[in-house]
Amino acid sequence: MTDPQHAATISVLVQNAPGVLVRVAGLIRRRGVNIHSLSVGPTEDPSISRMTIVVDTAPERTEQFAKQLRKVVEVLRATSIDSTPAVDRELALIKVNVTPGTRLEIMEIANVFRASVVDLTDKTMTLEVTGRGEKVDAFVTLLAKYGIREMARTGQVTLVRGAQNT
Amino acid sequence: MARQMTAAKPSPSAERPRQMNGAQTLVEALRREGVEVLFGHPGGASLPIYDALYDAQDIRHILVRHEQVAAHAAVGYARASGRVGVCTATSGPGATNLITGITDAMMDSAPIVAITGQVPRPVIGNDAFQEADVTGITMPITKYNTLVMRAMDIPKAVRMAFYLAKTGRPGPVLVDIPRDVSQELCEPDFDEDPVLPGYRPVVDGNPGQIAEAADALSAAERPIVYAGGGIISSGATPELTALVERTGIPVVLTLMGKGAMDETHPRCLGMFGMHGSAFANWAINRADVILAVGVRFDDRVTGRLKDFAPHARFIHIDIDPAEIGKNKPAHIPIVGDAKRVLAALVPLVRPPKIEAWWKQIEEWRERYPFRYRQRDGRISHQYVCDLLNRLTGGRAIVVTDVGQHQMWMAQWYKCREPRTFISSGGLGAMGFGFPAALGAKFACPDKQVIALVGDGGFQMTLQDLITAVEHGLSLPIFILNNGALGMVRQWQTFFYRGRFSSSILRNPNFAKIGEAYGARGIRVERPEEVESALRTALETEGVPCVVDIQCDPEENCLPMIPSGQSVAEMILDD
Repeated sequence: MTDPQHAATISVLVQNAPGVLVRVAGLIRRRGVNIHSLSVGPTEDPSISRMTIVVDTAPERTEQFAKQLRKVVEVLRATSIDSTPAVDRELALIKVNVTPGTRLEIMEIANVFRASVVDLTDKTMTLEVTGRGEKVDAFVTLLAKYGIREMARTGQVTLVRGAQNT
Repeated sequence: MARQMTAAKPSPSAERPRQMNGAQTLVEALRREGVEVLFGHPGGASLPIYDALYDAQDIRHILVRHEQVAAHAAVGYARASGRVGVCTATSGPGATNLITGITDAMMDSAPIVAITGQVPRPVIGNDAFQEADVTGITMPITKYNTLVMRAMDIPKAVRMAFYLAKTGRPGPVLVDIPRDVSQELCEPDFDEDPVLPGYRPVVDGNPGQIAEAADALSAAERPIVYAGGGIISSGATPELTALVERTGIPVVLTLMGKGAMDETHPRCLGMFGMHGSAFANWAINRADVILAVGVRFDDRVTGRLKDFAPHARFIHIDIDPAEIGKNKPAHIPIVGDAKRVLAALVPLVRPPKIEAWWKQIEEWRERYPFRYRQRDGRISHQYVCDLLNRLTGGRAIVVTDVGQHQMWMAQWYKCREPRTFISSGGLGAMGFGFPAALGAKFACPDKQVIALVGDGGFQMTLQDLITAVEHGLSLPIFILNNGALGMVRQWQTFFYRGRFSSSILRNPNFAKIGEAYGARGIRVERPEEVESALRTALETEGVPCVVDIQCDPEENCLPMIPSGQSVAEMILDD
């Protein structure tokens, strides 16, 4: 789990070119900082990808990271967005153990979290949940007692609120 | 020269596409960048490139005996001339031998382009013979690197490499070319502009920030300029000098900043930092406003950061935004090219009232200048450096290696102009000095270039004496020989109770080595022989001259601010 005191979000727009992910990740690694999550995907322009990187670092160092990232030739924009109102989302797929006795109970919890059942067998149920990291964490905690068999989380994606660009 | 040739005889490709292979395309692209000299060593993966170079009468390839020398020579060439230095190596071991020099260029912001051969495309990633992931390895030590996968992409890759190397904050760029790409036929377009939407160096400073900086300097009681290598890269010496002459503000220099201002100018206090003068260190640490230009607050300069100039407000000018506030918060940050920002700043600064400040500085300067002792019968290192300064008038291009001799030369050699002091600063790479001097001599054949090295560092790259002999270079190489890795021995003296673990050297006879290579060799054992030996070496034409000077084996380089400490802990005498 991320310690919110030391988690910083940096949004990076990059040219969609080979090696860019390694350059960005390597730049963070060689400053001795752990990447908590990193998500990469296309933007409205297919030649440009957005990386949302959550790093475990003190907030005062985040701007330095953004500056270093801007030096990567393929980086078009790098913004530290912790001080800006923003929307954060993460998606998780969680496969839990079910028995005929726990199935309804789990579905009730899922309802509260607006999670949906995406796969069901007589022994397992796979749930999809979307939300802020804290919400996903809370959901995972509640499901733990049933036995989580597997989990996959996408890592956080973030956009700044309103007309301002991220 | 190369440019004029291409201009006079336009390439037929202008009218009708002409087929050439990737290697020929590379050579033509280098020609169009104005490359006259490249340093390199051939091998399997670069054979096609060397075949194309065989026909290029206007590009001199200097064959070195180890690729490490090629990279250091490219740096020496770049830093002496301001032009882009070029080195080349084959795949695998050839390319990995360039690493130290490329890292040096990265740390000291030297514009170089490294061209490496790579194994053919079909076997990349298969652990082929002499394969190394060179773009992977050099990612953190280059400003940019690229693996070219089509011959037709070579012109764009080369243009981009030179453009990135020399603009913004200069640095090394590596272009990796698979052997079969060098052999592939293509119809190159040399006029295609590289597209770099993410690369926009800011050169003009923010006018509001510049005005604020001018006000801070005008109102200062104890201002000082902290000038570094960025002044030299941007050619801002005239602007810095104008600022100082207009305002009377004193200047201290970093090692990389030597040459940024005439050190014999009364306003220039010379080098500060770990082995800088006591007075320069006292001055910057008592300052109330510090104008830091083209510097990066390196730990060898600042010591313990929280105690560095604790009373000062910092104005920090740099072309690299990531340097501003990296180590020390800047009160007035200005991103921009030193030359342009200083030019805008000079007319806005009103001369501050700093008579009392100067009185204090002069008192410090008088109380503790650089000094040295000459023990009976022993040759003092500092005496040699001092003498070299006097004999050359501070107008030769001095290239040093790394260690005690480097610091002594930095203390005693008073540079009169930019690009006359070349040294491995950030990386501190032993083995740099002689090859970089070689590169500097190729860049400036008509200037006096001298190499000053230690007995330890020289042995890391001395095999290329033959290269200097082969090309008939008038290059004196002075070895301050103290039979030790002097700086290691010094730290062991101060911090490890004199336990000299692996720092004492048994040395060969360097003068005889020089002679064996076909150079002139002189061995100096007594103080009274020094001056005539230096003169002889400086006057030797058409051949390098190795001068092995047997120096005092116990001398320590002082003053010294121990690593991680502050000016209060400066060691003045031993």
